[in-house]
Amino acid sequence: MTTASFKTKVLTANRLTDGISVWLGANGEWVFSLKDAFLARHDEAVAALTAAGDQAQADNRVVDVSVIEIEETPCGPRPYRLRERIRADGPTIAYAPAAAARASEAA
Amino acid sequence: MYRYDEFDHAFVAARVSQFRDQVERRLSGDISEEAFKPLRLMNGVYLQLHAYMLRVAVPYGTLNSRQMRKLGHIARIYDRGYGHFTTRQNIQFNWPALSDIPAILEELAEVEMHAIQTSGNCIRNVTADHFAGAAADEVADPRPYAEILRQWSSVHPEFSYLPRKFKIAVTAAERDRAAIQVHDIGLQLKKDAQGRLGFAVWIGGGQGRTPLLAKKIKDFLPEADLLSYVTAIMRVYNLHGRRDNKFKARIKILVHETGVEKLTQEIDAEWAQLKDGALKLPEADVAAINAYFAPPELAPRAEGWGELAAWQKSDSGFASWVGRNVAPHRHPDYAMVTISLKPIGGIPGDASADQMDAVARLAQEFGHDQIRVTHEQNLVLPHVALADLEPLYRALLTDGLATANAGLITDIIACPGLDYCALANARSIPVAQEISNRFADPARQADIGDLKIKISGCINACGHHHVGHIGILGVEKKGEELYQISLGGSGDENASIGQITGRGFGPDQITDAIETIVATYLANRTGADEPFIDCYRRIGADPFKAALYGSEAQAA
Repeated sequence: MTTASFKTKVLTANRLTDGISVWLGANGEWVFSLKDAFLARHDEAVAALTAAGDQAQADNRVVDVSVIEIEETPCGPRPYRLRERIRADGPTIAYAPAAAARASEAA
Repeated sequence: MYRYDEFDHAFVAARVSQFRDQVERRLSGDISEEAFKPLRLMNGVYLQLHAYMLRVAVPYGTLNSRQMRKLGHIARIYDRGYGHFTTRQNIQFNWPALSDIPAILEELAEVEMHAIQTSGNCIRNVTADHFAGAAADEVADPRPYAEILRQWSSVHPEFSYLPRKFKIAVTAAERDRAAIQVHDIGLQLKKDAQGRLGFAVWIGGGQGRTPLLAKKIKDFLPEADLLSYVTAIMRVYNLHGRRDNKFKARIKILVHETGVEKLTQEIDAEWAQLKDGALKLPEADVAAINAYFAPPELAPRAEGWGELAAWQKSDSGFASWVGRNVAPHRHPDYAMVTISLKPIGGIPGDASADQMDAVARLAQEFGHDQIRVTHEQNLVLPHVALADLEPLYRALLTDGLATANAGLITDIIACPGLDYCALANARSIPVAQEISNRFADPARQADIGDLKIKISGCINACGHHHVGHIGILGVEKKGEELYQISLGGSGDENASIGQITGRGFGPDQITDAIETIVATYLANRTGADEPFIDCYRRIGADPFKAALYGSEAQAA
């Protein structure tokens, strides 16, 4: 059953082999972009997500499985928590060496 | 530096082989994550927000060029081209695939490195003064004792499952560059009136959610008793340290709750059983370990004096760099060089694979093959002739490693924060970058003088914010990042824990708040020779609070 305050949810995890952040897609596969995640808009769908997560963990495909809340925006799903936004978008800093070198030159 | 013997090689190789098997079984599904997690942590493998993280031990922060080159190789081949030097003098790789980690560990073993005991409730990497073996003010090199402790503590069966992690730091000078008073055990190597070596022993220091300074429990412990006494401390902690509450499990809480006198009595009683036993350090063994740390043969290079003066006169950039990043060596013709990993607007502690290669090359060419990692997330070449400073500086400039800011406001410590860390509540790196950019002007930095800003993205305090002259702690409040400021902390021989100023500041306000604090300092200092920390201790927090919060502060 869904209440008025229900927030859309997605299932996220880290891939076992390399730890990369993944989300459960509509086709049941783990996808690399939050945009492609399956959006659970009612309690029954959330229950299905949870079951899928438990199964994926048991199958040793992913680790650290969790259901997170997202806001549906015109640009796609956006997690409420900054932590999850950073997981979805990657570090907010230019961490690659080329960027670091540019910063150094500016020093 | 210490070289592996046959036993060390065999031990590390066996450990790599064991972990390779564990990883294979995990990937094939033979063992669950629940079973695997403690195994991977024992080998320095964490799971962060975006990927696994491998933390590699750099014992007491000492590396040679071959090892540094290997770290660069690992960054390039197995990671994304960089690594992050930490406040524990270690290095972390942020993107290794689990399936590659056994190969990485195998490569590390080739250069006598590993990731053992970089996680878990055991005795972690023993840290030391980054100027050890070169500083003019040390009584002896502290690293042999750090190495003795490393060997003793490695997979020590009694101390592998402690109530909580345990950190030991060693220094050998009155000027504390190893922050021993915020470690579980701090050791200061010293000499008694007869010239014999021994240690002042401190216990119960630490940061995290309950910051406490260590208490000195022994003014002079003879050198030979090092292991028996440390064992006695560990036994008492292992017995009485709390296991019911992770947040109260460190020895600092035991010291605080039990009282230092009572605890010292228990330690002394335990020590009485141990001191004349097998743990007494044989002189020959100490001498053998010391031999590994024999200083390099430093030939006289007196020509450097005249050359240095001339170079400084002709190049103001070089002169600034020498003024900030070059410290006196105990040999008058040599110097200790800090290589800043804090470029303006850069990521504190990060080095690219190319930069690691460059440092390795320069250490070979100019630095007697020795490199140090500092707990302030910089690198050091401890033995550079004055005559080589100018060509070294030119080469560092080319590689983006010549930022002349050691000890200045832009030499900021920052933990990885919420950009990487699964424990973090707020980002640290962007805050450091914005402050660095705001205070980029070298003349302004020089005017402000010595000022240590330290930033942590959560209460665990990996960014040492409690001992920052200005400490910044990122928290999450109502889903937003908020930054608390503390003032007056210090991690040196006059250690102090910073005091929180008041309500926190949002991400778009924190740099302005730092600007306000700096302006308050500049307006109140007696002169340019009164550093920030001295000024703060003289005038107290009130002028800073008034500047930050205005009438709100007066009402409080």
